[in-house]
Amino acid sequence: METLVENGDGQLTIQNLQSPTKRRPTSTLTAEDKENQKQVAEARKKYGRGRPVRINEVRDKKLRANLKRIENKYRTAVLNAKDAEILYENQEGFLQPESELEKTYKVRQADILDAIGVQQANKAVDFRLDLGPYVSDYTRNGRSLLLAGRKGHIATCEWRAGKPGCELHLNETVRDAKWLHNDQYFAVAQKKHTYIYDHAGVEIHCLKKYVETTHLEFLPYHFLLAGVENSGFLRYTDTSTGQVVAEHPTRKGAPTALAQNPYNAILHVGHQHGTVSLWSPNSTTPLVKIQSNAGPVRSIAIDRSGHYMLCGGQDLRLKLWDLRALKEVHSYRTHQPASSIDISDRGLAAIGSGTGVTIWKDLFTASTSVDPIKVQSPYLNWGNEGRRVERVRFCPFDDILGISHAEGFSSIVVPGAGEPNYDALEANPYETRKQRQEAEVQSLLTKLQPETIALDPNFIGTLDIRSAEQRKQEKDLDAPPVDPLAKLKERNRGRGKNSAIRRHLRKKGGKNIVDEKRLRLEEMKKERMERGKEKLKKDQVDLGPALARFARKGA
Amino acid sequence: MKIKSLTRTSAPPGDGAVRQPRNLDPAHHPFERAREYTRALNAVKMERMFAAPFVGQLGDGHVDGVYSMAKDPGSLERFASGSGDGVVKVWDLTSREEVWNTRAHDNVVRGLCWTPERKLLSCATDKTVKVWDPYNGEKKGLPLATYLGQGAFTDISHHRDRPTFAASSSTISIYDLSRPSSGPSQVLRWPTSTDTITAVSFNQTETSILASAALDRAIVLYDLRTSSPVSKAILRLASNAISWNPMEAFNFAAANEDHNIYIFDMRKLDRALNVLKDHVAAVMDVEFSPTGEELVSASYDRTIRLWNRDRGHSRDIYHTKRMQRVFSVRFTADNKYVLSGSDDGNVRLWRVNASDRSGVKSARQRQKLEYDQALVRRYAHMPEIRRIKRHRHLPKTIKKATEIKGEELKSIKRKEENVRKHSKKGSMPRQSEREKMILGTEK
Repeated sequence: METLVENGDGQLTIQNLQSPTKRRPTSTLTAEDKENQKQVAEARKKYGRGRPVRINEVRDKKLRANLKRIENKYRTAVLNAKDAEILYENQEGFLQPESELEKTYKVRQADILDAIGVQQANKAVDFRLDLGPYVSDYTRNGRSLLLAGRKGHIATCEWRAGKPGCELHLNETVRDAKWLHNDQYFAVAQKKHTYIYDHAGVEIHCLKKYVETTHLEFLPYHFLLAGVENSGFLRYTDTSTGQVVAEHPTRKGAPTALAQNPYNAILHVGHQHGTVSLWSPNSTTPLVKIQSNAGPVRSIAIDRSGHYMLCGGQDLRLKLWDLRALKEVHSYRTHQPASSIDISDRGLAAIGSGTGVTIWKDLFTASTSVDPIKVQSPYLNWGNEGRRVERVRFCPFDDILGISHAEGFSSIVVPGAGEPNYDALEANPYETRKQRQEAEVQSLLTKLQPETIALDPNFIGTLDIRSAEQRKQEKDLDAPPVDPLAKLKERNRGRGKNSAIRRHLRKKGGKNIVDEKRLRLEEMKKERMERGKEKLKKDQVDLGPALARFARKGA
Repeated sequence: MKIKSLTRTSAPPGDGAVRQPRNLDPAHHPFERAREYTRALNAVKMERMFAAPFVGQLGDGHVDGVYSMAKDPGSLERFASGSGDGVVKVWDLTSREEVWNTRAHDNVVRGLCWTPERKLLSCATDKTVKVWDPYNGEKKGLPLATYLGQGAFTDISHHRDRPTFAASSSTISIYDLSRPSSGPSQVLRWPTSTDTITAVSFNQTETSILASAALDRAIVLYDLRTSSPVSKAILRLASNAISWNPMEAFNFAAANEDHNIYIFDMRKLDRALNVLKDHVAAVMDVEFSPTGEELVSASYDRTIRLWNRDRGHSRDIYHTKRMQRVFSVRFTADNKYVLSGSDDGNVRLWRVNASDRSGVKSARQRQKLEYDQALVRRYAHMPEIRRIKRHRHLPKTIKKATEIKGEELKSIKRKEENVRKHSKKGSMPRQSEREKMILGTEK
């Protein structure tokens, strides 16, 4: 106890002064609270959409109460989503070494087939087909398989049930084939044009605008079929309306690879001199150009989260790119140029190079840390038996990798590749006929407009922070729409070659975006040409045979 | 080496029941925002597609214009309307048929109201107030009681629980229902006012408070306990109707001749709580919804408008080709329908929410509607959605009148600004829109 004592000099001093103790927190967290906090943090990490609003920083009382209510709702939603995980029915597959000395890449396909159930082992098949190197494609739910041989052989099947779909012999070169939104339609890039067939193999459309298409991609949420041509043109067609949405010249010669980013529907086109350009239908110039390889880019794949891109080039380099920072993360060497790459839902990357396929695991998860760890050895190997690999595709929602090669098609079991739990309202491997029809209608109702394609797909619905003036202009949306072409129509000077329409087409025509405005302009131009020709003819008649040669167009 | 692989069979596992498992991982659902926005856009389009506010008219209507209406506070079914030829009709709202009528007065029936005992009071310009019993009396019966007044009556309002009612002429006379055919028990008036009082309304919560609007442009509040006027506000133009907020006892709305509706706090009459602007002619009647959140107004421009209490502009406008000047409008007690009485003699029934349907809905349908509404609320700030949600077809006259009115207001404002620019700084302070119309208050 401290006491006040008078020392000899008449001064007061304090004795037994205790040193100040460190203050404890006013209320300690119980173990339960800590557990709860941890649970919320975990759930937020997986199911949360961004950081919560800092409510105590909001001054406005009403707004604060509102935000608080909304934040509470988000919190319960996130926790509920986390709790719903116990309803998952399946667990992912795995390949686990039991000792240090065991290596997964030494496991042969035969060992795997021995170890797993017969039902799954039966799915590893080998089709020997001799109509040239094949390309393959699975539908979004992984139920149907499409095989297309270079020499014109097309076959579809429900591969699990072993039910054949249709078989076609087109008798001309087939460069690529792609399923559309479900297993009822597929597009085939043939020698000259691209065609769309239905499930029975009946040709239902010929896309005459697509000339010598080399690669096809389908954007399922936008119903856009994109094809890139030998001439370097990239075209988008809306398959629900049949309209060409955009045509962009890549201006880099014949493209060598095409892939879509499943996160934001941006197309990645690989070029001869090693660049990868990123395209959306809204911009006539590439959004991003990446110099990835030193030689032609042979294959591109982007992971489901849209964060990483793998690029294989003729220069025997396999590059891993971070698409958010646009930085190269790692570079691997391949023995042969990687001709095809695919990334599964759970982040396994299959790289087909030469006659073999290597499958890599944790390429992307290892790269997320601050100093990325480079994965040194593959997860699995396959092949090297003299069959040149043309395309590798993981089957969605299954541990199967489909490899199409020069001698047909093989599927192998890759434990841990497929997403074990599907969402029946998104893509359902077991969908019935009725469900398929309903899903088609629903997806058409929520079809996204091509304008929504951007590097950041979440820009929609965000706060408008443009200038007040611009907003004011847009505010008056009820005003009758101003026709930008009306002025051109009235102006008819008819003098010289430089007509107003032509100048408009040249300067502001938005060169490659085919919209209503463009079509109208072209029509107007045509009409004017016709009129000019008629006038010329009339003038020639008026002037008579001797003077006809002085009649001038457009005068 | 431990090996396990997913095994997906060709047919779904288990018995034949269709299952739809979910996986809520956001990585499974790309373009979440864009798809939700598209759904919101569809929802708001559907809402406009299904907007059909007009339900029908009651029976064959009246021969003359409908100038007064009253809903029975104790019943969802009964509804009374009075017309210009002195006829009062009572309607059954479920069948939309007439159940009782009488030729009550010789002249325009200006006010109607129900008593808690389900008797009907009617007042008219023929200087009488009559009490009717439509629930029991046969058609064309005689009134239960008649009260005579000094001048033509313009409006009538019943006290919440006591058997008294107030009828307005140049004064407000309080009659006692328990003493039939007697003179007024109290007479209330502002000492200096002489003009006709056009509207009177009892506050149903603060039951001894009474509000009136008169031709001398004044809104006056009275207290029955002191039997004297309490306060008065003089506006620029006269008010046509007054309605108390059933949920906030101290707030009331006044329908004004200057095309606006003013919401006042009775404790503070020198400033309006809100000004509702959209009509292009005098507002003839206004009523708060039973929830106190919304208002409906009838106007001389042949339209009805629905308002949110805290918004400045209307949320919907109802009109038909045949509807003439609307003189009275009422919410039904269940807050689902609106009734309007107009110059053309019809009583029309409208939905409060134009795209609402009253049939029995399945749980899934209800869920879908709720989800759609939530989506529209969430993306309400997006310009496209706002535009679609706001879009209404307007009669040409109204559209033109709105344009002209906008021009006029703009030019007045511009002139005022010009004057302000050339006058001494601070000599012309700008006035709040909510205070502008108040010329003065007295206590």
